[in-house]
Amino acid sequence: MQCDNCGQRPAVFHTTTVVNGQKQEAHLCEVCAHEKGQASFTFPNLSIQQLLSSFLGQDPFVVGARTAPQQQAEPTCKNCGTTYSQFADGGRLGCAQCYDHLEMYLNPLIKRIQGTTVHAGKAPKRTGGIVRKKRELASLRQDLQGAIQGENYEEAARLRDQIKQIESQIQAGGDGSGME
Amino acid sequence: MAWNKLVSQPASKWTDATGPHAEVVLSSRIRLARNVTNLPFPHQMNEAQAEELIRQVETGVREINLVGLSSRVELFKLADTPALDRQVLVEKHLISPQQAQQARGKAVAISEDESISIMVNEEDHLRIQCLAPGLQLKQTWRTASLVDDALEQKLNYAFHAQKGYLTSCPTNVGTGLRASVMIHLPGLVLTQQAGGLFHRLSQLGLVVRGLYGEGTDAAGHIFQISNQTSLGKAEEEIIEHLEAVVLKVVEAEKQARLHLHGEMPLQVEDRLGRAYGILSSARVITSEEAMKLLSDVRLGIEMGLFPRLSHRTLNELMIAMQPAFLQKAEGRELNPLDRDAKRATLIRTRLAS
Ligand SMILES: [Zn+2]
Ligand SMILES: [Zn+2]
Repeated sequence: MQCDNCGQRPAVFHTTTVVNGQKQEAHLCEVCAHEKGQASFTFPNLSIQQLLSSFLGQDPFVVGARTAPQQQAEPTCKNCGTTYSQFADGGRLGCAQCYDHLEMYLNPLIKRIQGTTVHAGKAPKRTGGIVRKKRELASLRQDLQGAIQGENYEEAARLRDQIKQIESQIQAGGDGSGME
Repeated sequence: MAWNKLVSQPASKWTDATGPHAEVVLSSRIRLARNVTNLPFPHQMNEAQAEELIRQVETGVREINLVGLSSRVELFKLADTPALDRQVLVEKHLISPQQAQQARGKAVAISEDESISIMVNEEDHLRIQCLAPGLQLKQTWRTASLVDDALEQKLNYAFHAQKGYLTSCPTNVGTGLRASVMIHLPGLVLTQQAGGLFHRLSQLGLVVRGLYGEGTDAAGHIFQISNQTSLGKAEEEIIEHLEAVVLKVVEAEKQARLHLHGEMPLQVEDRLGRAYGILSSARVITSEEAMKLLSDVRLGIEMGLFPRLSHRTLNELMIAMQPAFLQKAEGRELNPLDRDAKRATLIRTRLAS
């Protein structure tokens, strides 16, 4: 089934609205449904639950259901047993490890709510040194890819050395310094 | 004892109205959501796990008291406290309504001057809150971060290299930060600029809520402005953005007040004078009506109409006139009419003194 709105992408959100006693069905793609959900942003008083359910494709003023991304087994946190649909209903995760076990499903949601999935702020002092180095490493690896693609081999060699150096620092347990 | 003072005195650090721009910004608040590893999030905890976390926080509080803050922090288990007392803390925004209703396994650590409160086992394991009068978000953030550092000595925070601090709801993940100001905007509401302004704020990634009631009809014209997202930007950046926008709002509010007073001095002074008149002679008053009229009186103080009154008096009244606070002061439960009568008496006496 194609999206009612754009007719281009497959419809994944199926909603039923009641307007003046008339039942209206809508079938929207991810993108159009999201834009529809965005409209509720201008209501400053939505609760977190309403906010979440609107992001999950259940507009607070609409009765609807989201097609499960896959019709197979329900995604579940291996640590606490929280399922994705339990989270979608209550708006709460069960434990810190849910972020890993449900990552595939949470990442798109976090991206939509927060606009990104990458933290750029404070880190605990205890893990701070290593975390910082890991972030540095990720960005250096990206630079390296760019240098190789641009056939800039001198730069690539320099970056490779830098990466090796940081990797060995992480191996050694990080110095934990330099955090603010 | 500290608890008795906490539930019987309306005055605290923020009510003294000493901060920058206190004529428009009532208070600045920083909230950090934190969780520990190896325990499920609060709504999944059993009683033993909840108690275990409270024990850990108790040792963390000792660390806080070693970092040289001006005020001592003390932890209270909410299950040991009377329901009415908890309601008073809700009215003071020191604990959440949810914590007041289900007190088992919940605790709060509060500093003597009430500028710091750490809710334990609320939606997240910890909700660190710091509060200051006027617009001082940066300073308040520094205090919150210091408290956070001290707690971290004893608590093993759930932190993800990519996603940051992990929270029970993904709307708070990353920094776990909600920075907010409580702001009085009668000028913008009366000149009908508030709706447009709130819309623009939402486009700037900020959220506006009515503090008592919703929309621009919020009783008392008091609103809360806060950041919408918690991930992807450093705390300082989120706070600087909010502070820069709030400064513009403060400027616009001052302009609107000047404009109102300049264009229609008679009508404005009449309205504010009538508000004072009702408050100083009413025998029965609901908290909603009182909030509205106190908003006018607050504006009148700014316009120099009530030289004997201070923002501090009004801030304390706003706390003391709440239902639980009135009943606590009276030492018994009151029916709504008695409450409205006590409220009217309280306001009359405070305005006269
Ligand atoms: Zn579409
Ligand atoms: Zn889990």
